[in-house]
Amino acid sequence: MKELKANAGFPIEPVYGPEDLAGVDVDRDIGRPGEYPFTRGIHKHMYRDRVWTMRQYIGFGTPVETNARFKYLMAHGQDALNVAFDLPTQLGLDSDDPRSEGEVGRVGMAIDTLADMEDAFAGIPLDRVSVSLTINGMAAPITAMYYAVAEKQGAAADRVVTTPQNDILKEFVARGTWVYPVDPSLRLVGDLIEFSARHYPRANPVSVCGYHIREAGCTTAQEMAYGLAIAAAYVELMLARGIAVDDFAPRISFNFTAWGKIFEEVAKFRAGRRLYARMLRERFKAANPKSWMFRSLIGGGGSAFTVQEPENNIVRGAYIALASALAGAQTMALPTYDEAYTIPSPKAQLIALRTMQICAEESGAADTVDPLAGSYYVEALTNAMEKQIATELAHVERMGGIVEAIRSGAIQAEVARQAYLFEQRIASGEIPKVAVNCHVGDKPAEADREIELYSFDAKVAEAQLARLERTRAGRDGRAVHAALGRLRDEARGGGNLMYPIMDAVKAYATLGEIARAMRDVFGEHKEAVKL
Amino acid sequence: MKVLIAKPGLDGHDRGAKVVAQALRDAGVEVVYTGLKRTPDEIVQAAIQEDVDVVGLSVLSGAHLLLARRVLDGLRDNGAGDIAVIVGGTIPPRDVDELRALGVRRVFPMGTQLPEIVKAFKELPG
Repeated sequence: MKELKANAGFPIEPVYGPEDLAGVDVDRDIGRPGEYPFTRGIHKHMYRDRVWTMRQYIGFGTPVETNARFKYLMAHGQDALNVAFDLPTQLGLDSDDPRSEGEVGRVGMAIDTLADMEDAFAGIPLDRVSVSLTINGMAAPITAMYYAVAEKQGAAADRVVTTPQNDILKEFVARGTWVYPVDPSLRLVGDLIEFSARHYPRANPVSVCGYHIREAGCTTAQEMAYGLAIAAAYVELMLARGIAVDDFAPRISFNFTAWGKIFEEVAKFRAGRRLYARMLRERFKAANPKSWMFRSLIGGGGSAFTVQEPENNIVRGAYIALASALAGAQTMALPTYDEAYTIPSPKAQLIALRTMQICAEESGAADTVDPLAGSYYVEALTNAMEKQIATELAHVERMGGIVEAIRSGAIQAEVARQAYLFEQRIASGEIPKVAVNCHVGDKPAEADREIELYSFDAKVAEAQLARLERTRAGRDGRAVHAALGRLRDEARGGGNLMYPIMDAVKAYATLGEIARAMRDVFGEHKEAVKL
Repeated sequence: MKVLIAKPGLDGHDRGAKVVAQALRDAGVEVVYTGLKRTPDEIVQAAIQEDVDVVGLSVLSGAHLLLARRVLDGLRDNGAGDIAVIVGGTIPPRDVDELRALGVRRVFPMGTQLPEIVKAFKELPG
């Protein structure tokens, strides 16, 4: 018989039975949906009350182009947005910065000033559409622009539902859009959480992402463990400011992957919800049940997709959607089948959206809450996953806690090591990949030269630069200068930077100017390169 | 053989670069890794100072043509045109020939298997 292991490292048995559930206390460990410890999900009736939110990740070119794609997806039944920004925007560089050359509007939309944000959301009512902003190092100024657009539209602050990612710790581990050193970066995370809790009560001012760490190579159990440890670090950050846990914890959300083995993924979320609920209630003494809930965007996982025979990725996407539904996702997003090649085409975007809709409407996966509960296999896997996550959390503690382990580069080195091990297991065939290392016929498939590629147009940068020039020419230079001066002063002091950032944004200061004002005070992060 | 694995531009995805660096090291190659967000000029200077035989550029942002050209020009301008340049990342098939025409010795688009990459580095004539 073939030996099999979970991605998390523990063995998978050929048969599970009642003996595998020894020691399980059904009320204590599994419970009911919508009740502590939320193993079965955070809502009593789950998708019978409301199906998951469908939120494809999109953004490219100028804000005007992205606005048109937003409207295309919304016209086909997508009910929420998930915005991609280009790299200069993510790193606080203006489009005309020399370092931005070749990158403007390439992997997301370019934002230089509030005027761009106004274009991006023109005709989209921000008191009715919920919008995720995939922004981290620059979360404070970009979210400030978003709030300013909502205000200009006349949206009531308590109707604005937005989720800036604002998870800088995972950027240091994976994805790399850090700007400032760890401590001032954490200060900015806290400032945005605190400001939002005070003024935008329905915003979700941090989305803790295991997702990108997994995409960078870690295991399923590490994805959950690092995510939980990072969430705990943000909770401690806010507690240290004297804010009561129940005043912000209900708005913490999560973003995790669900690619790989379906049942292991479901178990990962069931175990994660249980651990998170216990952590918030027992360790952080949260009393509001909403503080105990692991609310999650699930899906993604472009690293599951292959360049070879890209249409096969549509099938892989359907399994990811199924796993996400069975795992109890609040929001779902899928990679597109052409993701390994290009910025998604409208057709590929639509297929991903239709995949989620078919899963919700036709498959029956949404008919009843946590349908895998009580399965010998899934309950045993949930327990094994919980144990493995606890082991990984203990390992993080031995490294000095998550913040220190990130500062020293120890977590990054572990993730890189796991990525290498994974690649070796692909090369050896131990991890099968259809049309890549098994069922390849005479020779592996070549890359598909017929696939429709997004043709990046240099005119995008020209248009963006012209827009920036016009905005600079039309603004009150003295007001900008004064606002940036106040921001610099406050950065040297200890106040919440969201207030001077809001003022600077409304004066049409550029993102680059705002980022530079803070860089003058904070300096830049130096990466601890360890291999 | 000594190799510099480099991340030019603003792209923060380093999984591929770190995997290739580890694989080359296991294959007995001396490897230096730059870390993220290096400018082409910084990469050229590092390559010369470290006296490497090969520079491996990893680009996943789509800006590979511009960045590869800058590094190749920089090496030539500094009298280090003999250092071979290899590019990997999300390189669309249509850009492979253009990179080769610029003077990039080998291109590894997404989906390239790890053993193939290691073999290509080892086979580069000195």
